Amino acid sequence: MGNLALTFIGAVLVNNFVLVRFLGICPFLGVSKQIDTALGMGMATTFVMVLSGAATWLVEHYILVPFGLPFLQTLSYILIIASLVQVVEMFLKKTSPALYSALGIFLPLITTNCAVLGLAIMAAQQNYTFVETIVFALGTGVGFTLALAAMAGIREQMEFADIPKALRGAGITLITAGLMSLAFMGFSGLIAM
Amino acid sequence: MSSVVLVSLASMAGVGILLGVVIAMAHRKFAVKSDPRIDEVEGVLPGVNCGACGYPGCRAMAEAIAKGEAPVDGCPVGGAAVAALVAKIMGVELKGGSRRLVALVRCGGGRAEARETAEYVGLDDCRAAQLLGGNKGCQYGCLGLASCVKACPFNAMFMNDNGLPVVDKEACTACGLCVKACPRNLIALVPDDMYVHVLCRSYDTGRVVRSNCQVGCIGCKACERVCEDDAIHVTDLLAEIDYDKCTNCGKCAEVCPTKAIVIEEGRFLVTKKAAS
Repeated sequence: MGNLALTFIGAVLVNNFVLVRFLGICPFLGVSKQIDTALGMGMATTFVMVLSGAATWLVEHYILVPFGLPFLQTLSYILIIASLVQVVEMFLKKTSPALYSALGIFLPLITTNCAVLGLAIMAAQQNYTFVETIVFALGTGVGFTLALAAMAGIREQMEFADIPKALRGAGITLITAGLMSLAFMGFSGLIAM
Repeated sequence: MSSVVLVSLASMAGVGILLGVVIAMAHRKFAVKSDPRIDEVEGVLPGVNCGACGYPGCRAMAEAIAKGEAPVDGCPVGGAAVAALVAKIMGVELKGGSRRLVALVRCGGGRAEARETAEYVGLDDCRAAQLLGGNKGCQYGCLGLASCVKACPFNAMFMNDNGLPVVDKEACTACGLCVKACPRNLIALVPDDMYVHVLCRSYDTGRVVRSNCQVGCIGCKACERVCEDDAIHVTDLLAEIDYDKCTNCGKCAEVCPTKAIVIEEGRFLVTKKAAS
């Protein structure tokens, strides 16, 4: 149990996918203008991560390993992730059209979000059990949501700040992202993985 | 060896089929009922997503039409044919026959007619040349660097040997992108059944026009006097045709001393050489 908690905390803070491992930067910069949409995006991605984490674990341990097909890992993972994103997209379109249109192109782009694929591959490399994989995926998703929401909060505040003209827009966003990343680096050593 | 291939194929096919079934089930469960007319309207729209209607792509236009926010004849590219189909789907009647429009380049001063005062060696773009004033004595005439041709998504424009853009009337869809691309505002959308045109946009005095170009409008008002339909007027030293009144009689073109007014029938509006 303690081990699972450590895995979770480790995925959220110490090895935050966005700010420490630099995966999934595209939505981190693209959908972090408003806290609402950032949270929505984070939840959608978390959902995809947990589902794909579970599905890829099953495929890895019941198909790829028994049949000796490790070379199909990337291919099958992408297949699974793409299908799951389709399902999530349809689900969101039905349940929350506002969020669906707010996320726009970034929703189908979860398919190619390297954080999702990276999570699945890392879980396989670490030889996590099924439960560990789910907890790891959940932690990663929460970490992703945290990074997006924190960034969105800062960017909402920056709308009112007097930013030097040359830095407005992408410039100040990238600087902010770098500073946030530095801050998250401070978590390393919090727990020994 | 072949067993590895077979196992790979079988396992991936199995996973694929399974996921396909899941998606199909989700599609049925989470189906969103949308206005079926949206798909139908989108089907008859040209589908080039040029944005000339003011909506981001044909799909958005179809949604707006289905909601009643956009007019059924709002697609400038499809013209009357598409408007009729859309109107049929939407169950409304088209008001009046709107005329098909085509782009018209209103300058006849090519290399043979217009005096060049400089050699332009900058960026190959009219908008860049415009910043430097162009290479012609005439400050209103075509810069000849084909920004309009490059802007045309339908291959309906090309540059002729005389350094002027020519519109292929059959291919032109009146999307208006060339109109926006021209920094000198030389291109206008005119009804395609009109073939008497003033090919000059110069507001200079007659003397200046004559020194710069052999086919410029000098503002002599001869056309205005001869017109029986009150369709052509000289304002600020430039003749302009009111296409709502013009009857294509061509009398103004006959009396025009500089041949700035041309009669042209056919697919391409090619300016006559000044000598002819």
